Amino acid sequence: MSEKELRVTKIENGTVIDHIPAGRALDVIRILGITGKENYTVAILMNVESKKLGKKDLIKIENRVLEPREAQLISLVAPDATLNVISNFEVKEKYKLEPPETIEGLIRCPNELCITNKQDEPILPKLKVVKGSKIVLECIYCGAILTSEEITRFIL
Amino acid sequence: MWLNRDVISILDFNKEELLDLFSKAKLIESLKENNLKNLKGKILTTAFFEPSTRTRLSFQAAMLKLGGSTLDLGEPSISSLAKGENISDTIRMLDYYSDIIVIRHKLEGVSRYAAEICEHPVINAGEGTKEHPTQTMIDLYEVWKTFKSLENLTYAIIGDIKHARTISSLILSFSIFKPRKVYLVSPLELRAKEKIRSFMEFNGILYEELTTFSEVLEEADVFYVTRIQKERFSDPYEYEKVKGSYIITLEHIKRMKEGAIILHPLPRVDELSPKVDSSKNAAYFSQARGGLYLRMALLRAILTGE
Ligand SMILES: [Zn+2]
Repeated sequence: MSEKELRVTKIENGTVIDHIPAGRALDVIRILGITGKENYTVAILMNVESKKLGKKDLIKIENRVLEPREAQLISLVAPDATLNVISNFEVKEKYKLEPPETIEGLIRCPNELCITNKQDEPILPKLKVVKGSKIVLECIYCGAILTSEEITRFIL
Repeated sequence: MWLNRDVISILDFNKEELLDLFSKAKLIESLKENNLKNLKGKILTTAFFEPSTRTRLSFQAAMLKLGGSTLDLGEPSISSLAKGENISDTIRMLDYYSDIIVIRHKLEGVSRYAAEICEHPVINAGEGTKEHPTQTMIDLYEVWKTFKSLENLTYAIIGDIKHARTISSLILSFSIFKPRKVYLVSPLELRAKEKIRSFMEFNGILYEELTTFSEVLEEADVFYVTRIQKERFSDPYEYEKVKGSYIITLEHIKRMKEGAIILHPLPRVDELSPKVDSSKNAAYFSQARGGLYLRMALLRAILTGE
């Protein structure tokens, strides 16, 4: 992260999610279930200049480490995001998110007539991640399509 | 190529595989005496969570003619499903008893899921509003027998484009065998869903939506006629107003091309007048009979690889 991008103070411990496509920060916040009533600091920067993406969003969360499930979901709305784990003001770990091939049990199929939406069936929704300019999810069972914009509405 | 394959969507198969299947079916059809009894000891189970006597009987007849045996889950309303057993458990149980399972369900994705949990092959015999792969194989088989090819033909598909799974499944197959043009003829309310239209656009299938078939009578090679159900209309008056426009009569037949054929997945109501049955263009009984051979070829190929 360049100095120029650091519009807010560095965090001591926590997570910085960088290289979120401009406009998707709020989707990431939704995935993380952040409501603003938490007792930790959250900084959301939107439309920051970026060499790589033109414009990008960025989120800093104090005292929180992301779970694998959350990282997987974020990779669907921000496939180029990098995750920085901060400890003692230092970047302790840094890795690029990689959208998985399939996403299982985290997002439900948008098709109400799909077997995976039937109650009392021991079946996990499974969606194939179709990678293109934007990510699209496709139900393995019924073939229904979920666009990148709709994803946060179907998180389980 | 076919051994142990599941049949979930027509899109699971390519040109070569389908043409191979049609040749197999034709061979079986040409044998006067059926001596293909090599499925002895094998059990086919039909599990029709949504009733369809014809399709079920057709699969059972195909299996019996090949020397195999059949089981049937029975009416969903009187089987254990009515007592609240879930679909997954039912399907697992059927898998223990059967060598091949044929499923029909109104929910989508059931057969793909069944194929995932079953050790034995699963055939989708109609599902949701989109898939009916064996019906499409039968439709294509009849067209292939008639025209010796499946490419570059003009189709007029008439009826409930929006809900009929036979139509949707047939349209999926147009990405495998490219038609010259497809006319989708239906009342405005029953036009193709957005998904189907974008599928055709994505696959470069030339199509046009019409509300009457009059202007394509001279042009189409294949007329694919389906039933229009009153229940599908939000306004019953609208149904009464349009229903006559989708009935094929002898007058229409006179205007058709010499070799044009009329297909129908059956059962029909009144969209094909019985007077049409004896015309040279009526191919729907031949199609239904061919369906038996096609399903025989399919079962035999899946269970023996032959
Ligand atoms: Zn689905």
